[in-house]
Amino acid sequence: MLSFTIRRLLTAIPTLLLISLVIFLLVDLAPGSPLSDVPLTVPPEVRQKMLEAMGADQPVMVRYLLWLKQFFWIEPLYGIDALFGTDFAQGAQRIISWQSKVPVFQIIGERLPQTLTVVGTAYLIGVLIALPIGIYSAYRQYSWFDQAGTFFAMAGFSVPTFFTGNLLILIFAVNLGWFPTIYDTNLEVVDWASFKEMLAQMALPVTVLALFNAAEISRYTRSSVLENLGQDYVRTARAKGMGEGRVVLKHVLRNSLIPVVTVVALGLPTVFGGAIVTEQIFKINGIGAALIGAINVSDLPTVQTVTFIFAVLIVLFNLIADILYGILDPRIRYD
Amino acid sequence: MTEITLQTEKVRGPWADVWAQFRKHKGAMFALWTLGTLAVVCLLGPLVWRIDPNFIESDTVKMFRMRNQGPSLAHPLGTDQLGRDMLARMMFGGRISLAVGLVAMLVAIFIGTTVGVIAGYFRRLDGLLMRLTDLFLALPLLPLLLVMIFLFRDPVAGVLGPRLGTFLLIVMAIGLTSWMQAARVVRGEVLALKEREFVLAARSIGTPSRRIITRHILPNVLSPVLVAATLGIAAAIITESVLSFLGLGFPPDFPTWGRLLYDGIAEIRTYPERVMWPGIAISLTVLSVNYIGDGLRDALDPRIRGR
Repeated sequence: MLSFTIRRLLTAIPTLLLISLVIFLLVDLAPGSPLSDVPLTVPPEVRQKMLEAMGADQPVMVRYLLWLKQFFWIEPLYGIDALFGTDFAQGAQRIISWQSKVPVFQIIGERLPQTLTVVGTAYLIGVLIALPIGIYSAYRQYSWFDQAGTFFAMAGFSVPTFFTGNLLILIFAVNLGWFPTIYDTNLEVVDWASFKEMLAQMALPVTVLALFNAAEISRYTRSSVLENLGQDYVRTARAKGMGEGRVVLKHVLRNSLIPVVTVVALGLPTVFGGAIVTEQIFKINGIGAALIGAINVSDLPTVQTVTFIFAVLIVLFNLIADILYGILDPRIRYD
Repeated sequence: MTEITLQTEKVRGPWADVWAQFRKHKGAMFALWTLGTLAVVCLLGPLVWRIDPNFIESDTVKMFRMRNQGPSLAHPLGTDQLGRDMLARMMFGGRISLAVGLVAMLVAIFIGTTVGVIAGYFRRLDGLLMRLTDLFLALPLLPLLLVMIFLFRDPVAGVLGPRLGTFLLIVMAIGLTSWMQAARVVRGEVLALKEREFVLAARSIGTPSRRIITRHILPNVLSPVLVAATLGIAAAIITESVLSFLGLGFPPDFPTWGRLLYDGIAEIRTYPERVMWPGIAISLTVLSVNYIGDGLRDALDPRIRGR
């Protein structure tokens, strides 16, 4: 298992490098200049100075390697410095956003908590809804509950989140006035009242994302449980006179959760991508909103870095899913 | 009595079997009707409802009176903030949304099938192509789509015009980022098919690889490709509407349902129906397409068929 993990880790490195190259080149080779928002009245020599100051006049490969070094070496050093109060980085140049002239990782650090609270809660609730629905649907296959569950899942991933989100805003925020329409990022939870406020503003975005995730995961759970219910060991367990509750919740559930766990791990990074839309609906200024803002003003370093972070998340969770699969199911050890 | 049994035992083609099984799936049949109705209304509706979707009254006083009307006989779905007829816009938008879904799906399926067949058939290219597929699967697709469209929209529109340019860019971008599932499924099928006797027989009489692929392999991977294609339409329509919703989609004089919804968001409090109509249209279409895909998967699976 250890050698498999190490081998898997090593193959992840070239993948990440290739992805970083693809992202960097795609963003970089696109037409448009970082100075397109600077007025035309600025004289050419000043423009040249500005380009030099941004480092945008260097050849592509130089900028790519510099960016790689900053991403994988300098920024982690700054991270360590911030955590332990050391001074490893010694003022080395960081990845600077062209838009706000602030280190990109600082922006990400400011935006990430909002995204994580909303997305994390939503994913957790989604999984908690999906599991019982999936299990019961499979246990009573073709019952009315199963039919309703199928429809719920179908509708869940067919109705786009930006529609459900706006529908919920319209019903619960505008007409009923139960929840605020806009997520207030400055709100700090200090006492009971602010906690309740936090819950109220999280309710709608979390519902939208949770329903969407639950739809997909409940389908996987259902098919996985169905597959296991037909296995010989289930018949054996029943033949021994074991109660249905124990058969289903202990024997079947444990085995059927193996693929579900990997699906949950694989789905997490895509949720970050999907959260871009949810953040736009509810005006949450999380990392997705930062990306959209950066795209709209051609802030290339921010776009490249945030997009690459998404890619790192995907590769990381693929790795976690693979390793989890190996740990949970001894039949699928790769070595 | 005997006549009837004879008739049912008449030789039926494989597609008749598939159709018979498909008809048993009530949800899929209902979805087929819904989608058919929507498509017919969008395609043939403008022949009957002859208001130009981009018509804006040039007389300012009249234009102001035309704005934001509720449903009436003259405008069954009301008018928008510039006095344009919503029914005409919905039908026009539906045409483009459906076209985007279809063409993007065709691009994705074409790339996916090609990659899948080549990877499955030629062992030497397998490793390389599957690495490529894995690489694409690890890309953060939505952010990259946004970046691609934002950065290349104006240059492409400058060459091909804003309408055709945006259409081609969005369709190609969606197609290029959604072929991986099809490639994987096709590769798996081809790997199994390649070892079957009829392929072996074809090879033993000296059939060149190209002919084996077109005559023997492709017809046999048709069913998984069909299912992937159906689901691909739904995914493409959703992706396009997400792009439109984030403001990186089609121009307002060439709207899709997603763009109409995006335009309606600004005034959702006063005129919620302008968000509802496009939203319902997108949801119904995608739901129908997904149900049809589900029905097709059951109908094309020989293990389930005839049960």
